[in-house]
Amino acid sequence: MQDFASSLHSSFGMILSGDAQLWAIVLLSLRVSLTAVMIASVIGLPLGAFLAVSRFRGRQILVVMINALMGLPPVVVGLLVYLMLSNSGPLGVLQLLYTPTAMIIAQVVLITPIIAALSRQIIQVLDAEYDEQLRSIGLSRLGSIPVLLWDGRYNLLTAVLAGFGRAIAEVGAVIIVGGNINHVTRVMTTSIALETSKGNLELALALGVILLLLALIVNAAVSFIGQGARQTAYA
Amino acid sequence: MLEQVNKAVWQTSPIMDPKAPTVLELCDIRLIRDEQHLVNIPNLTIRQGAPTLIMGPNGAGKSLLLRLMHGLISPTQGRVDFDTDVQQAMVFQRPVLLRRSVAGNIDFVLKAHRIPRAVRKDRVNALLRMADLIPKARQSARTLSGGEQQRLALVRALALKPKILFLDEPTASLDPSATHAIEALIRQANDAGTKIIMVTHDPGQASRLGGEIVFLHKGQVLEQTGVSDFLTEPKSTAAKHYLAGGLLF
Repeated sequence: MQDFASSLHSSFGMILSGDAQLWAIVLLSLRVSLTAVMIASVIGLPLGAFLAVSRFRGRQILVVMINALMGLPPVVVGLLVYLMLSNSGPLGVLQLLYTPTAMIIAQVVLITPIIAALSRQIIQVLDAEYDEQLRSIGLSRLGSIPVLLWDGRYNLLTAVLAGFGRAIAEVGAVIIVGGNINHVTRVMTTSIALETSKGNLELALALGVILLLLALIVNAAVSFIGQGARQTAYA
Repeated sequence: MLEQVNKAVWQTSPIMDPKAPTVLELCDIRLIRDEQHLVNIPNLTIRQGAPTLIMGPNGAGKSLLLRLMHGLISPTQGRVDFDTDVQQAMVFQRPVLLRRSVAGNIDFVLKAHRIPRAVRKDRVNALLRMADLIPKARQSARTLSGGEQQRLALVRALALKPKILFLDEPTASLDPSATHAIEALIRQANDAGTKIIMVTHDPGQASRLGGEIVFLHKGQVLEQTGVSDFLTEPKSTAAKHYLAGGLLF
């Protein structure tokens, strides 16, 4: 117990003193996950909206598949991306394995279905309200997608946040494709796993605290924005 | 604006001129769902001129008829003939306002039809003035009162200067003063040459707006006649019961 208390004490010391190694890991984590969230949003939001408004054969199957992909095991994603990017894989020529780009790719694969599935649900509810009005104005089903995405923006933020939460906290996929190389591909989650196994609890705990704080800040920000939007009836 | 409404003289419009140009014609329209004939209209001609008011008991198919005419739903059989170049618009019973400002709601419609920005600004202001909503232009449309929301929905529908305006019980949930404000706007649109086709349950409103009545019962048109004739001497038994407040089966 005393060990834990002193580790926690030192970990706060590391955070507050601006420990270079610690903050480099934090910044890399943010860079990887934020980039992945941006790319996944660009793909997932329109895809979700398309699935919400379109009517075609096989749509329901696609919806079920994307919902199922929300629960993709990260290690399986890691393995698949590894096979794609390894020297003998179809994208081996790009030499991306064990780089932050590989980690971004793995996280994009992991969270795009989450963002697409959640935004499909959000847009479907909004579409039920807007559909006749937008068609009356003369918009086609597909033409209504940008309107629905814009008007659903505050609720869609929750979908994006869910994606970010999954990306930043994920360890299985990035450790396989990133390799946990010091100063290159070592992010918060992989460092916590490594440092804990080495017995270096100070760094592991400091990273854990930052990870928790990040989750808290992002959630608070989204809830604050959402509340403001609801008060002014924009959500 | 409400003072103007109170001063307005609500004359009963003349019965439709049989020589007036046709704006819409329903030919052998049938809407069948689960083997039930929800709408069954061999022929219905709507002509230019005073408002056409669709009346009938709940479940008669009034809203379905309006949606069929506007093209929001397709009939199982038959066709609705109209000039495809003619701009149409619709106002729903519950106003569907976008999650934008009051002005933004009108601007959106104009933008969707690629109206240039300079023209848009003037048109938005003119419509806001018409709806008495200039002081609330910048606030969120969904914070408006029920009456204000419906006024906004109505002028938004008028933004593209439609030749036909469909209204589905636009005053169903409004108080008398808000109802009068909406009726004033409808009257204004009618005077400007927009053909009004509207569902209403209120005989008082029908006599205030004038024009003709299309009486619908179980998906069928039982009468198409002038408002005053319909209200004083309905021909069908169903219409007599309806106006007397009786239950129709």
